[in-house]
Amino acid sequence: MIQLLRIVGARFLERLGGLGRASVLWGTAMFGLPRRDDLRLLVRQMYNVGVLSLAIIVLSAFSIGAVIALQFYTQLARFGAEDAVGLGLALVLLRELGPVVTGLLFAGRAGSAITAEIGLMKSTEQLSSMEMMGVDPLHRIVAPRLWAGIICMPLLTAIFNVVAIYGGMVVAVEWLGSDRGGFWSGMQDVVELWDDVGKGMLKAVAFAIVVTWIAVFQGYDAEPTAEGIGLATTRTVVTGSVVVLAMDFFLTLGMYGDFG
Amino acid sequence: MQMRTVEISVGAFVLAGILALIVLVVRVSGITLGPAEGSYTLYAEFNDVAGLRKRGKVSMAGVTVGRVEDISVDPSHGLAIVKLEIDGNVGSLPADTGARILTEGLLGARYIGLMPGADEEKLADGDYITDTQGALVLENLIGDLVTRLGAK
Repeated sequence: MIQLLRIVGARFLERLGGLGRASVLWGTAMFGLPRRDDLRLLVRQMYNVGVLSLAIIVLSAFSIGAVIALQFYTQLARFGAEDAVGLGLALVLLRELGPVVTGLLFAGRAGSAITAEIGLMKSTEQLSSMEMMGVDPLHRIVAPRLWAGIICMPLLTAIFNVVAIYGGMVVAVEWLGSDRGGFWSGMQDVVELWDDVGKGMLKAVAFAIVVTWIAVFQGYDAEPTAEGIGLATTRTVVTGSVVVLAMDFFLTLGMYGDFG
Repeated sequence: MQMRTVEISVGAFVLAGILALIVLVVRVSGITLGPAEGSYTLYAEFNDVAGLRKRGKVSMAGVTVGRVEDISVDPSHGLAIVKLEIDGNVGSLPADTGARILTEGLLGARYIGLMPGADEEKLADGDYITDTQGALVLENLIGDLVTRLGAK
Protein backbone atom coordinates (compact mmCIF):
# COMPACT_ATOMS: atom_id res chain seq x y z
CA MET A 1 0.00 0.00 0.00
CA ILE A 2 2.72 2.41 1.03
CA GLN A 3 4.67 1.24 -2.00
CA LEU A 4 1.71 2.04 -4.27
CA LEU A 5 1.35 5.49 -2.77
CA ARG A 6 5.03 6.06 -3.29
CA ILE A 7 4.81 5.07 -6.95
CA VAL A 8 1.81 7.32 -7.51
CA GLY A 9 3.57 10.16 -5.75
CA ALA A 10 6.77 9.70 -7.70
CA ARG A 11 4.88 9.59 -11.01
CA PHE A 12 2.97 12.71 -10.13
CA LEU A 13 6.09 14.62 -9.13
CA GLU A 14 7.80 13.45 -12.32
CA ARG A 15 4.93 14.70 -14.47
CA LEU A 16 4.82 17.97 -12.54
CA GLY A 17 8.56 18.35 -12.99
CA GLY A 18 8.17 17.71 -16.72
CA LEU A 19 5.46 20.33 -16.96
CA GLY A 20 7.62 22.78 -15.07
CA ARG A 21 10.64 22.15 -17.28
CA ALA A 22 8.45 22.54 -20.36
CA SER A 23 7.08 25.85 -19.12
CA VAL A 24 10.52 27.22 -18.37
CA LEU A 25 11.69 26.08 -21.79
CA TRP A 26 8.77 27.74 -23.49
CA GLY A 27 9.03 30.96 -21.54
CA THR A 28 12.74 31.48 -22.03
CA ALA A 29 12.58 30.54 -25.69
CA MET A 30 9.56 32.66 -26.59
CA PHE A 31 10.62 35.82 -24.89
CA GLY A 32 14.36 35.85 -25.37
CA LEU A 33 15.64 39.08 -26.83
CA PRO A 34 15.89 38.96 -30.62
CA ARG A 35 19.33 39.18 -32.17
CA ARG A 36 20.69 40.05 -35.60
CA ASP A 37 20.64 36.58 -37.12
CA ASP A 38 17.24 35.60 -35.79
CA LEU A 39 15.21 36.54 -38.81
CA ARG A 40 17.27 34.25 -40.99
CA LEU A 41 16.74 31.35 -38.59
CA LEU A 42 13.03 32.10 -38.43
CA VAL A 43 12.70 32.13 -42.21
CA ARG A 44 14.49 28.79 -42.43
CA GLN A 45 12.12 27.27 -39.87
CA MET A 46 9.08 28.78 -41.54
CA TYR A 47 10.21 26.98 -44.64
CA ASN A 48 10.49 23.67 -42.77
CA VAL A 49 7.28 24.06 -40.83
CA GLY A 50 5.08 26.00 -43.23
CA VAL A 51 6.11 25.59 -46.84
CA LEU A 52 6.83 21.87 -46.55
CA SER A 53 3.45 21.27 -44.87
CA LEU A 54 1.63 23.05 -47.69
CA ALA A 55 1.25 20.04 -49.97
CA ILE A 56 -0.42 17.82 -47.40
CA ILE A 57 -2.65 20.67 -46.21
CA VAL A 58 -3.85 21.56 -49.70
CA LEU A 59 -4.47 17.94 -50.69
CA SER A 60 -6.37 17.08 -47.51
CA ALA A 61 -8.33 20.32 -47.63
CA PHE A 62 -9.51 19.69 -51.15
CA SER A 63 -10.68 16.16 -50.46
CA ILE A 64 -12.31 17.07 -47.14
CA GLY A 65 -14.14 20.00 -48.69
CA ALA A 66 -15.29 17.85 -51.59
CA VAL A 67 -16.52 15.03 -49.40
CA ILE A 68 -18.40 17.33 -47.00
CA ALA A 69 -20.10 19.05 -49.93
CA LEU A 70 -21.07 15.68 -51.36
CA GLN A 71 -22.59 14.49 -48.08
CA PHE A 72 -24.36 17.76 -47.40
CA TYR A 73 -25.71 17.87 -50.91
CA THR A 74 -27.20 14.37 -50.91
CA GLN A 75 -28.88 14.93 -47.54
CA LEU A 76 -30.04 18.49 -48.14
CA ALA A 77 -31.36 17.68 -51.62
CA ARG A 78 -34.04 15.58 -49.95
CA PHE A 79 -35.50 18.74 -48.47
CA GLY A 80 -34.82 20.80 -51.55
CA ALA A 81 -32.31 22.86 -49.58
CA GLU A 82 -29.27 22.42 -51.82
CA ASP A 83 -28.48 26.11 -51.44
CA ALA A 84 -27.55 25.47 -47.82
CA VAL A 85 -24.52 23.43 -48.88
CA GLY A 86 -22.34 26.53 -49.02
CA LEU A 87 -23.19 27.83 -45.59
CA GLY A 88 -23.01 24.39 -43.96
CA LEU A 89 -19.62 23.78 -45.51
CA ALA A 90 -18.29 27.19 -44.52
CA LEU A 91 -19.50 26.97 -40.92
CA VAL A 92 -18.19 23.45 -40.38
CA LEU A 93 -14.82 24.37 -41.84
CA LEU A 94 -14.32 27.77 -40.25
CA ARG A 95 -15.45 26.80 -36.78
CA GLU A 96 -14.18 23.26 -36.35
CA LEU A 97 -12.64 21.25 -39.13
CA GLY A 98 -10.28 23.89 -40.47
CA PRO A 99 -8.30 24.51 -37.28
CA VAL A 100 -8.64 20.96 -35.94
CA VAL A 101 -7.59 19.05 -39.06
CA THR A 102 -4.81 21.54 -39.73
CA GLY A 103 -3.69 21.07 -36.13
CA LEU A 104 -3.67 17.28 -36.47
CA LEU A 105 -1.82 17.36 -39.78
CA PHE A 106 0.53 19.94 -38.38
CA ALA A 107 1.33 17.72 -35.39
CA GLY A 108 1.96 14.80 -37.71
CA ARG A 109 3.91 16.60 -40.39
CA ALA A 110 5.76 19.46 -38.70
CA GLY A 111 5.66 18.43 -35.04
CA SER A 112 7.23 15.02 -35.61
CA ALA A 113 9.97 16.59 -37.75
CA ILE A 114 10.78 19.14 -35.06
CA THR A 115 10.96 16.48 -32.34
CA ALA A 116 13.13 14.14 -34.40
CA GLU A 117 15.48 16.95 -35.39
CA ILE A 118 15.97 18.30 -31.89
CA GLY A 119 16.19 14.79 -30.46
CA LEU A 120 18.94 13.89 -32.91
CA MET A 121 20.77 17.12 -32.12
CA LYS A 122 20.62 16.16 -28.49
CA SER A 123 21.81 12.59 -28.99
CA THR A 124 24.71 13.72 -31.21
CA GLU A 125 25.53 16.24 -28.50
CA GLN A 126 25.15 19.23 -30.78
CA LEU A 127 23.12 20.95 -28.11
CA SER A 128 25.80 20.53 -25.45
CA SER A 129 28.49 21.69 -27.87
CA MET A 130 26.49 24.81 -28.53
CA GLU A 131 26.28 25.45 -24.82
CA MET A 132 30.06 24.95 -24.57
CA MET A 133 30.59 27.54 -27.30
CA GLY A 134 28.43 29.95 -25.37
CA VAL A 135 25.51 29.73 -27.80
CA ASP A 136 22.17 29.35 -26.12
CA PRO A 137 20.38 26.43 -27.82
CA LEU A 138 17.06 27.69 -26.50
CA HIS A 139 17.62 30.84 -28.44
CA ARG A 140 19.14 29.38 -31.56
CA ILE A 141 17.21 26.12 -31.90
CA VAL A 142 14.01 26.27 -29.90
CA ALA A 143 12.81 29.87 -30.28
CA PRO A 144 12.75 30.01 -34.10
CA ARG A 145 10.78 26.76 -34.25
CA LEU A 146 8.19 27.94 -31.74
CA TRP A 147 7.70 31.24 -33.49
CA ALA A 148 7.63 29.64 -36.93
CA GLY A 149 4.87 27.31 -35.75
CA ILE A 150 2.81 30.12 -34.29
CA ILE A 151 3.14 32.19 -37.46
CA CYS A 152 2.59 29.35 -39.92
CA MET A 153 -0.33 27.49 -38.37
CA PRO A 154 -2.95 30.26 -38.76
CA LEU A 155 -1.78 30.84 -42.32
CA LEU A 156 -2.04 27.13 -43.05
CA THR A 157 -5.52 27.10 -41.50
CA ALA A 158 -6.63 29.97 -43.69
CA ILE A 159 -5.29 28.21 -46.76
CA PHE A 160 -6.97 24.98 -45.65
CA ASN A 161 -10.34 26.70 -45.29
CA VAL A 162 -10.16 28.44 -48.64
CA VAL A 163 -9.04 25.35 -50.53
CA ALA A 164 -11.70 23.23 -48.82
CA ILE A 165 -14.46 25.71 -49.63
CA TYR A 166 -13.39 25.81 -53.25
CA GLY A 167 -13.13 22.01 -53.26
CA GLY A 168 -16.68 21.87 -51.96
CA MET A 169 -17.77 24.35 -54.58
CA VAL A 170 -16.28 22.24 -57.34
CA VAL A 171 -18.38 19.29 -56.19
CA ALA A 172 -21.61 21.10 -55.33
CA VAL A 173 -21.70 23.64 -58.14
CA GLU A 174 -19.65 22.31 -61.03
CA TRP A 175 -20.43 18.66 -60.64
CA LEU A 176 -23.79 18.28 -58.90
CA GLY A 177 -25.16 21.46 -60.40
CA SER A 178 -26.45 23.40 -57.42
CA ASP A 179 -26.73 27.12 -57.94
CA ARG A 180 -23.52 29.13 -57.75
CA GLY A 181 -25.25 32.27 -56.52
CA GLY A 182 -27.08 30.36 -53.79
CA PHE A 183 -23.88 28.68 -52.71
CA TRP A 184 -22.08 31.96 -52.10
CA SER A 185 -24.94 34.14 -50.89
CA GLY A 186 -26.11 31.52 -48.41
CA MET A 187 -22.59 31.46 -47.05
CA GLN A 188 -22.20 35.23 -46.93
CA ASP A 189 -25.55 35.66 -45.21
CA VAL A 190 -24.66 33.47 -42.29
CA VAL A 191 -20.89 33.62 -41.82
CA GLU A 192 -19.84 36.31 -39.37
CA LEU A 193 -16.44 37.92 -39.48
CA TRP A 194 -15.57 37.60 -35.81
CA ASP A 195 -17.79 34.74 -34.70
CA ASP A 196 -16.76 32.33 -37.43
CA VAL A 197 -13.59 33.51 -39.14
CA GLY A 198 -12.01 35.26 -36.14
CA LYS A 199 -12.69 32.59 -33.54
CA GLY A 200 -11.53 29.87 -35.93
CA MET A 201 -8.24 31.70 -36.36
CA LEU A 202 -7.96 32.10 -32.60
CA LYS A 203 -8.30 28.34 -32.29
CA ALA A 204 -5.55 27.90 -34.85
CA VAL A 205 -3.21 30.11 -32.84
CA ALA A 206 -3.99 28.19 -29.65
CA PHE A 207 -3.33 24.85 -31.36
CA ALA A 208 -0.12 26.18 -32.87
CA ILE A 209 1.24 27.22 -29.48
CA VAL A 210 0.42 23.88 -27.88
CA VAL A 211 1.54 21.62 -30.72
CA THR A 212 4.90 23.31 -31.33
CA TRP A 213 5.47 23.49 -27.60
CA ILE A 214 4.87 19.75 -27.23
CA ALA A 215 7.05 18.99 -30.24
CA VAL A 216 9.97 21.08 -29.06
CA PHE A 217 9.78 19.86 -25.50
CA GLN A 218 9.57 16.19 -26.49
CA GLY A 219 12.66 16.64 -28.64
CA TYR A 220 14.50 18.51 -25.94
CA ASP A 221 13.52 16.04 -23.25
CA ALA A 222 14.09 12.89 -25.35
CA GLU A 223 16.30 10.03 -24.21
CA PRO A 224 19.43 10.59 -26.32
CA THR A 225 19.26 7.17 -27.99
CA ALA A 226 17.78 5.95 -31.27
CA GLU A 227 14.93 4.35 -29.39
CA GLY A 228 14.36 7.43 -27.27
CA ILE A 229 14.03 9.66 -30.32
CA GLY A 230 11.55 7.24 -31.86
CA LEU A 231 9.48 7.23 -28.68
CA ALA A 232 9.62 11.00 -28.39
CA THR A 233 8.44 11.44 -31.99
CA THR A 234 5.52 9.11 -31.39
CA ARG A 235 4.67 10.95 -28.19
CA THR A 236 4.65 14.26 -30.04
CA VAL A 237 2.12 13.06 -32.58
CA VAL A 238 -0.07 11.23 -30.05
CA THR A 239 -0.03 13.89 -27.34
CA GLY A 240 -0.30 16.69 -29.88
CA SER A 241 -3.33 15.16 -31.58
CA VAL A 242 -5.13 14.29 -28.36
CA VAL A 243 -4.48 17.72 -26.89
CA VAL A 244 -5.74 19.43 -30.05
CA LEU A 245 -8.97 17.45 -29.96
CA ALA A 246 -9.51 17.92 -26.23
CA MET A 247 -8.65 21.61 -26.36
CA ASP A 248 -11.02 22.08 -29.27
CA PHE A 249 -13.93 20.91 -27.15
CA PHE A 250 -13.16 23.35 -24.38
CA LEU A 251 -12.44 26.21 -26.77
CA THR A 252 -15.75 25.59 -28.51
CA LEU A 253 -17.48 25.44 -25.15
CA GLY A 254 -15.93 28.75 -24.15
CA MET A 255 -16.45 30.48 -27.49
CA TYR A 256 -19.88 29.29 -28.58
CA GLY A 257 -21.42 27.72 -25.51
CA ASP A 258 -24.20 29.87 -24.06
CA PHE A 259 -23.28 29.71 -20.41
CA GLY A 260 -23.44 32.43 -17.84
CA MET B 1 18.87 24.20 -50.34
CA GLN B 2 19.92 27.72 -51.24
CA MET B 3 18.92 30.39 -48.73
CA ARG B 4 17.51 32.43 -51.63
CA THR B 5 15.09 29.70 -52.67
CA VAL B 6 14.05 29.23 -49.05
CA GLU B 7 13.36 32.91 -48.66
CA ILE B 8 11.39 33.10 -51.88
CA SER B 9 9.21 30.13 -51.02
CA VAL B 10 8.59 31.40 -47.49
CA GLY B 11 7.61 34.76 -48.94
CA ALA B 12 5.22 33.09 -51.37
CA PHE B 13 3.79 30.99 -48.55
CA VAL B 14 3.15 33.99 -46.31
CA LEU B 15 1.53 35.89 -49.19
CA ALA B 16 -0.65 32.89 -50.00
CA GLY B 17 -1.70 32.67 -46.36
CA ILE B 18 -2.58 36.35 -46.17
CA LEU B 19 -4.43 36.10 -49.46
CA ALA B 20 -6.41 33.17 -48.08
CA LEU B 21 -7.32 35.26 -45.02
CA ILE B 22 -8.52 38.07 -47.26
CA VAL B 23 -10.61 35.61 -49.28
CA LEU B 24 -12.14 34.33 -46.03
CA VAL B 25 -12.97 37.85 -44.91
CA VAL B 26 -14.29 39.25 -48.18
CA ARG B 27 -15.66 36.31 -50.12
CA VAL B 28 -16.81 33.94 -47.40
CA SER B 29 -18.07 36.27 -44.70
CA GLY B 30 -19.28 38.76 -47.30
CA ILE B 31 -18.02 41.90 -45.64
CA THR B 32 -18.43 44.79 -48.04
CA LEU B 33 -15.48 47.10 -48.19
CA GLY B 34 -15.85 50.81 -48.67
CA PRO B 35 -18.38 53.22 -47.16
CA ALA B 36 -21.47 51.52 -45.81
CA GLU B 37 -24.75 52.47 -47.40
CA GLY B 38 -27.00 54.78 -45.48
CA SER B 39 -29.21 53.24 -42.85
CA TYR B 40 -31.38 54.41 -40.01
CA THR B 41 -32.83 53.02 -36.85
CA LEU B 42 -36.42 52.15 -36.01
CA TYR B 43 -37.91 50.55 -32.92
CA ALA B 44 -40.80 48.16 -32.64
CA GLU B 45 -42.52 46.78 -29.55
CA PHE B 46 -43.82 43.25 -29.62
CA ASN B 47 -45.73 41.27 -27.02
CA ASP B 48 -43.66 38.19 -27.97
CA VAL B 49 -40.58 37.81 -30.13
CA ALA B 50 -40.07 34.08 -29.42
CA GLY B 51 -37.06 32.90 -31.35
CA LEU B 52 -36.11 36.15 -33.08
CA ARG B 53 -32.36 36.61 -33.05
CA LYS B 54 -29.96 39.48 -33.39
CA ARG B 55 -28.94 40.05 -37.00
CA GLY B 56 -32.17 38.42 -38.12
CA LYS B 57 -33.64 39.65 -41.38
CA VAL B 58 -36.08 42.51 -41.77
CA SER B 59 -37.88 42.11 -45.03
CA MET B 60 -40.61 43.73 -47.04
CA ALA B 61 -42.40 41.80 -49.77
CA GLY B 62 -39.74 39.12 -49.43
CA VAL B 63 -36.82 41.45 -50.02
CA THR B 64 -34.34 42.02 -47.21
CA VAL B 65 -34.39 45.70 -46.29
CA GLY B 66 -32.52 45.63 -42.98
CA ARG B 67 -31.64 43.61 -39.93
CA VAL B 68 -32.37 43.23 -36.24
CA GLU B 69 -29.81 45.27 -34.38
CA ASP B 70 -30.75 44.53 -30.79
CA ILE B 71 -33.50 42.96 -28.71
CA SER B 72 -34.27 44.13 -25.19
CA VAL B 73 -37.17 43.86 -22.81
CA ASP B 74 -39.27 46.55 -21.17
CA PRO B 75 -40.05 44.86 -17.85
CA SER B 76 -42.71 47.32 -16.68
CA HIS B 77 -44.94 46.63 -19.69
CA GLY B 78 -43.70 43.12 -20.39
CA LEU B 79 -42.91 44.03 -23.97
CA ALA B 80 -39.94 43.19 -26.12
CA ILE B 81 -38.29 46.17 -27.79
CA VAL B 82 -36.60 45.34 -31.06
CA LYS B 83 -34.14 47.77 -32.57
CA LEU B 84 -34.15 47.60 -36.35
CA GLU B 85 -31.55 48.85 -38.74
CA ILE B 86 -33.20 49.76 -42.03
CA ASP B 87 -31.11 50.22 -45.17
CA GLY B 88 -31.65 53.31 -47.24
CA ASN B 89 -32.53 56.86 -46.37
CA VAL B 90 -34.96 58.17 -43.79
CA GLY B 91 -38.41 58.73 -45.20
CA SER B 92 -38.81 55.55 -47.19
CA LEU B 93 -41.46 54.06 -44.90
CA PRO B 94 -44.94 55.48 -44.13
CA ALA B 95 -45.71 56.22 -40.48
CA ASP B 96 -48.39 53.53 -40.28
CA THR B 97 -46.05 50.75 -41.40
CA GLY B 98 -46.80 47.51 -39.60
CA ALA B 99 -44.33 44.89 -38.39
CA ARG B 100 -45.00 41.18 -37.97
CA ILE B 101 -42.77 38.39 -36.78
CA LEU B 102 -42.79 35.60 -39.33
CA THR B 103 -41.07 32.28 -39.80
CA GLU B 104 -39.04 31.27 -42.82
CA GLY B 105 -40.47 28.00 -44.02
CA LEU B 106 -41.71 25.47 -41.51
CA LEU B 107 -38.64 25.28 -39.28
CA GLY B 108 -36.71 28.29 -40.51
CA ALA B 109 -35.42 31.30 -38.66
CA ARG B 110 -37.74 34.03 -37.41
CA TYR B 111 -37.69 37.32 -39.22
CA ILE B 112 -39.57 40.58 -39.25
CA GLY B 113 -41.88 41.38 -42.12
CA LEU B 114 -42.78 45.02 -42.73
CA MET B 115 -46.09 45.99 -44.30
CA PRO B 116 -46.06 49.57 -45.57
CA GLY B 117 -49.13 51.62 -44.83
CA ALA B 118 -50.64 54.50 -46.76
CA ASP B 119 -49.86 57.44 -44.48
CA GLU B 120 -48.43 60.60 -46.03
CA GLU B 121 -46.15 61.05 -43.03
CA LYS B 122 -42.95 59.02 -42.98
CA LEU B 123 -41.14 57.26 -40.17
CA ALA B 124 -38.15 59.24 -38.93
CA ASP B 125 -34.90 57.96 -37.45
CA GLY B 126 -35.55 56.48 -33.98
CA ASP B 127 -39.34 56.27 -34.40
CA TYR B 128 -41.46 53.44 -33.04
CA ILE B 129 -43.51 51.17 -35.23
CA THR B 130 -46.84 50.98 -33.42
CA ASP B 131 -48.79 48.49 -35.50
CA THR B 132 -47.10 45.24 -34.51
CA GLN B 133 -48.00 41.61 -34.29
CA GLY B 134 -45.84 39.25 -32.26
CA ALA B 135 -44.75 35.75 -32.99
CA LEU B 136 -47.25 32.93 -32.96
CA VAL B 137 -46.26 30.65 -30.13
CA LEU B 138 -47.57 27.14 -30.56
CA GLU B 139 -48.16 26.58 -26.84
CA ASN B 140 -50.32 29.71 -26.59
CA LEU B 141 -52.36 28.67 -29.62
CA ILE B 142 -52.98 25.25 -28.17
CA GLY B 143 -53.81 26.77 -24.80
CA ASP B 144 -56.30 29.12 -26.48
CA LEU B 145 -57.90 26.28 -28.35
CA VAL B 146 -58.23 24.18 -25.22
CA THR B 147 -59.91 26.97 -23.21
CA ARG B 148 -62.33 27.73 -26.06
CA LEU B 149 -63.28 24.12 -26.49
CA GLY B 150 -63.71 23.87 -22.73
CA ALA B 151 -66.00 26.94 -22.67
CA LYS B 152 -68.39 25.47 -25.19
